[in-house]
Amino acid sequence: MIYDVVIIGAGVTGTLLARELTKYKLNICFIDKGPDAANAASRANSGIVHAGFDAKSGSLKAKLNVRGCKMMKRITEELCVGYRNIPSLVLCFSESDRAALNELYERGIKNGVPDLRIVERDELVKLEPNISDKAIAALYAPSAGIVSPYELCIAAGENAVQNGASYIFNYEVKSITENDGIYIVSDGNSNVSARYIVAACGIHCDDIAAMSGDLDFEIIPRKGEYMLFDKSCAGCVRNVLFPLPTKNGKGVLVAPTADGNLIIGPNANVSEKDDTETTACGLNEIYENAVKLVKTLPSLKNVITSFAGQRPTPSTGDFIIKFSAKYKKMLHIAGIESPGLASSPAVAEYAVQLLSQAGLILEPNIKFNPYRKKLIKIRELSDDEKQKYISKNPAYGKIICRCESITEGEIVDAIQRPMGATTIDGVKRRTRAGMGRCQGGFCMPRVTEILSRELKKDMSDIRKYGQDSILLYGKTK
Amino acid sequence: MEQRIKIAIIGGGPAGLAAALGAYESGIKAEDILIIERDSCLGGILNQCIHAGFGLHRFGEELTGPEYAERYIKKVREADIGFITDAMVLALNDNKDITYISPTTGIVHLKAEAVILAMGCRERTRGALNIPGTRPAGIYTAGTAQRFVNIEGYMPGKEVVILGSGDIGLIMARRMTLEGAKVKAVCELMPYSSGLARNIAQCLDDFQIPLMLSHTVVKIHGKERVTGVTIAEVDSSLKPIPDTYKYISCDTLMLSVGLIPENEVSKGADIEIDRVTNGAVVDNFRQTSKSGIFACGNVLHVHDLVDFVSMESELAGRSAAKYVTEGFSGENKSDTVPKGGVRYVVPQKYYGSSIDEKTEFFYRVGKNYRNVSLNVLADGTLILKKKLVRAAPGEMGNISLKGEALDKARKASNLVFTIEEGENV
Ligand SMILES: Cc1cc2nc3c(=O)[nH]c(=O)nc-3n(C[C@H](O)[C@H](O)[C@H](O)COP(=O)(O)OP(=O)(O)OC[C@H]3O[C@@H](n4cnc5c(N)ncnc54)[C@H](O)[C@@H]3O)c2cc1C
Repeated sequence: MIYDVVIIGAGVTGTLLARELTKYKLNICFIDKGPDAANAASRANSGIVHAGFDAKSGSLKAKLNVRGCKMMKRITEELCVGYRNIPSLVLCFSESDRAALNELYERGIKNGVPDLRIVERDELVKLEPNISDKAIAALYAPSAGIVSPYELCIAAGENAVQNGASYIFNYEVKSITENDGIYIVSDGNSNVSARYIVAACGIHCDDIAAMSGDLDFEIIPRKGEYMLFDKSCAGCVRNVLFPLPTKNGKGVLVAPTADGNLIIGPNANVSEKDDTETTACGLNEIYENAVKLVKTLPSLKNVITSFAGQRPTPSTGDFIIKFSAKYKKMLHIAGIESPGLASSPAVAEYAVQLLSQAGLILEPNIKFNPYRKKLIKIRELSDDEKQKYISKNPAYGKIICRCESITEGEIVDAIQRPMGATTIDGVKRRTRAGMGRCQGGFCMPRVTEILSRELKKDMSDIRKYGQDSILLYGKTK
Repeated sequence: MEQRIKIAIIGGGPAGLAAALGAYESGIKAEDILIIERDSCLGGILNQCIHAGFGLHRFGEELTGPEYAERYIKKVREADIGFITDAMVLALNDNKDITYISPTTGIVHLKAEAVILAMGCRERTRGALNIPGTRPAGIYTAGTAQRFVNIEGYMPGKEVVILGSGDIGLIMARRMTLEGAKVKAVCELMPYSSGLARNIAQCLDDFQIPLMLSHTVVKIHGKERVTGVTIAEVDSSLKPIPDTYKYISCDTLMLSVGLIPENEVSKGADIEIDRVTNGAVVDNFRQTSKSGIFACGNVLHVHDLVDFVSMESELAGRSAAKYVTEGFSGENKSDTVPKGGVRYVVPQKYYGSSIDEKTEFFYRVGKNYRNVSLNVLADGTLILKKKLVRAAPGEMGNISLKGEALDKARKASNLVFTIEEGENV
């Protein structure tokens, strides 16, 4: 089998591109070294749909961010993904920072960000009652939003598979060779062949680029740490709050999440690739910075989890979306750091244009269905609707995750769907089971049982996530 | 579906079971009581506590958890008291309207005349402690590990470090050792253990498992599965001391760092919560700040011994029965006040009247004491002095007022509970 396009990397860039390509009559395959989509940056980020005033005017980043932000509402509706259009506020704390605030405003206008304006303290307090007493003004961007990043990434992959794409997980690309115009990708054990290749490998984009002999850019992994608060803290802020950006990035934010929690972070520290450890001083740093933005921040007692992700920061300063110098039909999508999530629908669209220009024939796939197979979220239904589902399938009446009210029916569905869950974390990212305040303490054994039953595997063969993330070491004596 | 019931009990663990029996024995008909349990069977957390040590106070013998539960379940079945399992309460309001969901009934709106909260507690997790490091498999709360071992029959780890010396952690140290695992250390942040003395002796000392007081885990290592933890000694303000960091290799970190009463449902009814116990504020009938809503067992305050849970819950059941049959008279309520060394007292309020000859008060102290006395003062006057050879934060105490002391207490507007140290104890 020779695929028309093989996409390496099932982050949000890869899966949205896969979905975009299934709009055409093409054989698509996306592969990832992890056991699921949303294996890296796409699962651990702020989840902000940036409005688009941060990036340098005229850059690819600026263009794709503003466009992506516009596309987000529709795409999240089609894919049944948690998204809310809520404004962002960049706070200004002193008169001497006014110039920087104005500069940001000007840049936003140039980039085409809609409805952008500067609000003064009086209005700011109305927009955000919990705003810090010291904030004097803010850049108000009503087109911004929040999205559940792993949900978007998984949903796009799922919809691509629904529309005919193939996928291979637990497959780490170690070499790429060309033979008679066909590329052969290998993990050392088996090969996958394709006419076109797209590398969307996040922090590993330069490693993949090295395989195709492209050494003109480098990816610097910059770690960002977060703390997530219990849902009871979600009312802390109504908007996405940022400080003024610095050379180091957009700074520590305070925001509600699409799932109804409160998030603070990230800091920014260069670290080794794949280092996603949280550190005591990092967590301190983000709390200290977040406190400055608001009047009151919930105490650390309300933190339900902390985590970290790595930004794939490009040495060039802009998104790198270009063909390999050696392999003419291999497209690099590299350096997709923030606002990569916000830009992702636009990145996919742009990449398809480039592939087409390079000769990929795009014949519309009339069977393409943009809607993801209906996702039942019992907790969001009215009592009557709940009743309807339970009458049809009693498993929708059996709560497995108490904190998030997730039923057995939803978990079984997550496993049986296209590109279904195969691990505890896979179930968690598709259903939220285990994401609540008890962090799976109660439901994890039950989810393990359900996975074992549905996948017909022994309990001790169920993994948390990766192949070595063993949960159970066989039976007791 | 719409339903009505006299007494609805949320939770079918030892608290809910005893409350149901308390109500039944006070004359409420079996069909007027409904226990709503989210698990597939009654018995609550006792089902996974297969070690002995339950019922010494209650039955004068040492039973296992399931045996203890079975005694109550049997009585509930014999009396034919109503219960539903696999049913989870989604909402409760202060009108005593309950919404629950179950595979067999679907969504049910239940109107109750009285409600007894008996939802138990949940374990604190790593997130709440904010331990830095990686997020691999192999981090379990002691209760989750206990469930895997005792109910599912699987080993969650081979080389274990336990953080926290709560009772479930101690019990699991022994259980894992008996199953062939190596428990390398039990680290406890505080300079004393929060577990029962008998558990420290029987679960750690007997197996030479080191208990490291004033120690905590400062970092978790391992990408996919835990490969080790870094521990450190803490100073008097509980901050890790830099040059005491030590790496211990292990594949499992088990957490026994405290229990939190599961009061999410109670919040919907806007019930007043005690900031120390994390449970409802109740009076001596175990009635919460909302009339006709009662609370008992671990959802009210975390108990160490199930015997006291049963005792408290029977009282809550009897009170609910009184509430639905004759109602409570609107007498003045007074406050109990924990002071000097006493961290909390339950009940937090009491009525002048009582349905019992004596009134039982539960309390916990804030640190270890030897040869002290617990003094009870009614409006400033000492009415009872109880000698304590030892008192520890890990061991809930109880003191009962009866006769003359109770009479004085009834007339007072506040009751202070305090620890007295020194010569004249
Ligand atoms: C701390 C932080 C905060 C952020 N906040 C925001 C935000 O608020 N808003 C926003 O818009 N953006 C944000 N971003 C950026 C956003 O997360 C990323 O731009 C986006 O997720 C990138 O997606 P991706 O698919 O390109 O990369 P990734 O999600 O990293 O995916 C790359 C995939 O490639 C796979 N892979 C790598 N090498 C190989 C190989 N050899 N073989 C097979 N598979 C391989 C990996 O396993 C991974 O799954 C943030 C990022 C971070 C880290």
